Amino acid sequence: MKKTPLHQVHKTLNAKFTEFGGWEMPLQYSGIVKEHLTVRSTVGLFDLSHMGEFEIHGPGANELAQKLSTNDVGRLTDGRVLYTLFCNDTGGIVDDLLIYRHADNHYMLVVNAANIEKDLAWIETHNDTDAEVEDVSEDTALIALQGPKAIDMLNPFVPELDVSEISFFRFVVDEVAGIRTVISRTGYTGETGFELYIDANGAENLWHALYPAVIEAGGQPIGLGARDTLRLEAGLRLYGVDMNDDTNPYEAGLGRFVKSKNRQFIGKNALLAAKKRGIEKQIIGFQMLDRAVARAGYTVYQHGEQVGEVTSGAPSPSLKCNIGFALITSQTISEDDKIEIEIRGRRHPAKIVTVPFI
Amino acid sequence: MIPQNLKYNESHEWARQEGDIATIGISDYAQSEIQDIVYVELPEIGTELTQKTEFGVIESVKAAFDLYAPVSGEVIEVNESLLDAPEQVNESPYDDGWFLKIRITDPSELDTLLDADSYQAHIEAEHA
Repeated sequence: MKKTPLHQVHKTLNAKFTEFGGWEMPLQYSGIVKEHLTVRSTVGLFDLSHMGEFEIHGPGANELAQKLSTNDVGRLTDGRVLYTLFCNDTGGIVDDLLIYRHADNHYMLVVNAANIEKDLAWIETHNDTDAEVEDVSEDTALIALQGPKAIDMLNPFVPELDVSEISFFRFVVDEVAGIRTVISRTGYTGETGFELYIDANGAENLWHALYPAVIEAGGQPIGLGARDTLRLEAGLRLYGVDMNDDTNPYEAGLGRFVKSKNRQFIGKNALLAAKKRGIEKQIIGFQMLDRAVARAGYTVYQHGEQVGEVTSGAPSPSLKCNIGFALITSQTISEDDKIEIEIRGRRHPAKIVTVPFI
Repeated sequence: MIPQNLKYNESHEWARQEGDIATIGISDYAQSEIQDIVYVELPEIGTELTQKTEFGVIESVKAAFDLYAPVSGEVIEVNESLLDAPEQVNESPYDDGWFLKIRITDPSELDTLLDADSYQAHIEAEHA
């Protein structure tokens, strides 16, 4: 299994580890519920160095990014971040990712850890431009600070800048604790926060610089267990779980990230046809009406008929009830519609709710 | 500390024998590994349990865990308070967090379980 540059740090902190996308990652430090509530109330420190980063350089960079992306990369200016999807020729989602525009001829792509090889092959196969694509995942570490105290906590480490002035989905390149950092106002928790991209060699130094201030602010390190419940409450899909190569963006509830007007991209024709056809299945949010926990793979029923299955499900530490996403074939759904989820042979009541859950 | 007066499954359930009745729960080690227990699913009174087979489920935030009967018998009492307060299993695994009382079918089955010292060794081996 692959290890991040901070692996030894997590061991010293007595983390419990888990396998995720081929990486050995911290699952939890003090406990998922405690970590989750810490991010909601103060600040959490995450090692996300498993995420993949690609650099695209050269005069064809914009053209290549546009060709691959369902969202319009042309809307980016320098210092802006775009959430987008890569789709295949049939409209299925290859990956969801962030595109950072450093300059018109220089972009950084941030992709899911489990998809690094797949995405790199996808990009290289479709690169008929002069752009050069470089996988810098191994050389790049990613540390996130997420939570209501993230701004105040980070500011003293960036003397040249007030980080509160970095708007959502924008980034600057500056020194944090003397280390050159891409400071990105993004995250996967539903909280205010930053994702800090640095050279892998600087990962331990940055972590050790930030850690005492995180503790001082009432925060703590956060593992992938709480990252999963945080993103679920925030209504954020997870690739490989809530969507895959067979799910199109409309089914995944991500249709707003498909911009077809006056531009060409891979999958466009299939997506236009899919939009015209209408939705055959869709991701919905649900809340259990008893204390049973619905997990991924469990069967969903509506009006006695089997309509789909749970893609993500967990107890919500903030809401103190059990929530999840399901992919269902029902055509017309609305909030509060009753569904049932089969758990160990018994059907338990749930209702459809709008996401985000919090 | 692992209570000396209990018998243990390798799957971390304990049994406390009082005459022909056994009380069943999970160990402190098990609850600390599972953490944040949010749901407990237990059989109804009258259900016949078979030693080493599943009788219920506990759920943490992260996952579901099957429970295995340390000893065979008929369920005569269920800790209903766990339905509304499953966190008692984390807070008090040997007392308030018990699951079931059963009428033991075959007392000799208890001899096949681990005693406290063997269970301690079993945990250390599993954790190593």
